[in-house]
Amino acid sequence: MTSMKRRTFLKGTLTVGAVTVAVGAGLLTPRTVLAAWPQGAFQAKTVDDALKALFNTDQMSGSDQIKLRAPDIAENGAVVPVSVDSNISNPTSVSIIVEKNPTPLTSKWDLGPTTEGFVSTRIKMGKTSKVIAVVKAGDKLYSASKEVKVTIGGCGG
Amino acid sequence: MPSNTIRIRARLSGDVTTVKALISHPMETGNRKNKKTGKLIPAHFIQEVTCKHNGSDVLDALWGTAISKNPYLSFKFKGAKKGDSLSLHWVDNKGESDSIETKIG
Repeated sequence: MTSMKRRTFLKGTLTVGAVTVAVGAGLLTPRTVLAAWPQGAFQAKTVDDALKALFNTDQMSGSDQIKLRAPDIAENGAVVPVSVDSNISNPTSVSIIVEKNPTPLTSKWDLGPTTEGFVSTRIKMGKTSKVIAVVKAGDKLYSASKEVKVTIGGCGG
Repeated sequence: MPSNTIRIRARLSGDVTTVKALISHPMETGNRKNKKTGKLIPAHFIQEVTCKHNGSDVLDALWGTAISKNPYLSFKFKGAKKGDSLSLHWVDNKGESDSIETKIG
């Protein structure tokens, strides 16, 4: 009886093992990434490359119509509250960029026709850096930035 | 599939609806190491969050790994009435997803 149980147990572990291997090898990966997700922009290593990948241009004009709220000093880089509030009319997207992160683009928020130019979230920062808000309206890019000092980085382990 | 990962609130004030949401998600960057084994923890992060008001898009957020763990988001839009439906749906890089629907209050 005991040996029977042992046999079943062994079979069980073997099956689980095989499934893990299959997942590891990418055989059972769930459906592939959304086509809309701009992989190139999120993998870009510089602000300019990220902007070019998103908008085909890196030309921005500074605007005092954008208010970027972020702390002066972030004690924990893993959780930095950031909000962007823009008065530019008909904004179509808001992007939040951390200049010195390994991949600067954190997020791009596409806005619907009734959506205000306002976005608030929490981001990770590896070290002290400029945070840049980029608002697209018409075919122009407007930006505002703020330096945030990070005492403990939030990107590595 | 994950479930009950989203907490959402949509409040109308004047003509502007403010939406606030919290999602439970590890948001792994793929750069962190497991301290015991020394192996990299694979990236696992939300890539897209979409919000619809009565079925039409009000927000389509594309996220990278630099959005904090257990993400918070807030945005505002116009033209809604009390009792209108607002839905939020997220998808991560492993194809996992969750969604929720609420009434604007």
